[in-house]
Amino acid sequence: MKRLITTVLMLMVTMQLFAQSQDSAVVQTLEGSEKIYVVVVCVGIILLGLLFFLFSIERRLKKLEKKS
Amino acid sequence: MYKSWWKILGAVLVVYSTVFGFLSSVPALPILHQSIRNLYFHVPMWFSMIVLFSVSVFHSIKYLNGNHETDDRKAVQSVNAGVVFGILGIITGAVWAKFTWGQAWSFDVKQNFAAIALLLYFAYLILRNAIDEEQKRAKISAIYNIFAFPMMVVLLFVLPRLSDSLHPGNGGNPGFNAYDLDSHMRMVFYPACLGWILIGYWIYTILFRVSSLEKNKI
Repeated sequence: MKRLITTVLMLMVTMQLFAQSQDSAVVQTLEGSEKIYVVVVCVGIILLGLLFFLFSIERRLKKLEKKS
Repeated sequence: MYKSWWKILGAVLVVYSTVFGFLSSVPALPILHQSIRNLYFHVPMWFSMIVLFSVSVFHSIKYLNGNHETDDRKAVQSVNAGVVFGILGIITGAVWAKFTWGQAWSFDVKQNFAAIALLLYFAYLILRNAIDEEQKRAKISAIYNIFAFPMMVVLLFVLPRLSDSLHPGNGGNPGFNAYDLDSHMRMVFYPACLGWILIGYWIYTILFRVSSLEKNKI
């Protein structure tokens, strides 16, 4: 688990390096097409956030189920 | 609380606003272009946060009146749900800002104050964990909550209006009314707000019910 987290963190560090150059493909896509993909990203973030929250509620319920 | 018609209403409104948020027509705007559609997703997050915090302050006042333990738990769980919506609002705001204002965090007054308002409520949650005695914790955190709520309202709605801000409707900028000339956007925006508020309230009731189960088990 620790190794996995370190790997993901390292990957995120490299992502930062890519983001430094303004003309990366992702940024270009997001700014092109009249910026509609910005909305897509935001909706994705909201969905992901709520799904993570759902998991945290489930964890609380699991603890209760184990106790009973 | 256990009836489900308003949950279905919330779900229908959110689905409606998501579909028509992408498909309905929007005015042609410079810089913003199609990203104006974020109005249907970013802004309702903040509205549901504010409604959830209002629910919380209502229950805090009720707790101080009657000293019922359930009111205290209602206050905490609605803050828990509200904080999640606040975090989503701040992240979507940062993404939107990155592609319209140029920077994810440009130290815009409203951005800063929104972050501070969220910190106020993080402090509330941490304060609760710091006190072991149950009644004392409930009382102190209820009083803190009653003070934090007007602070949050001032930070989000009063102070940004007094200085320069990139947000519409603040610091002399025109509000969204100026962009939405044909009222097409309103047809999606209002249902989106109501829908997300209902979903937020639903999440709060689920959290409250889980906490009631936890209370009974221990």
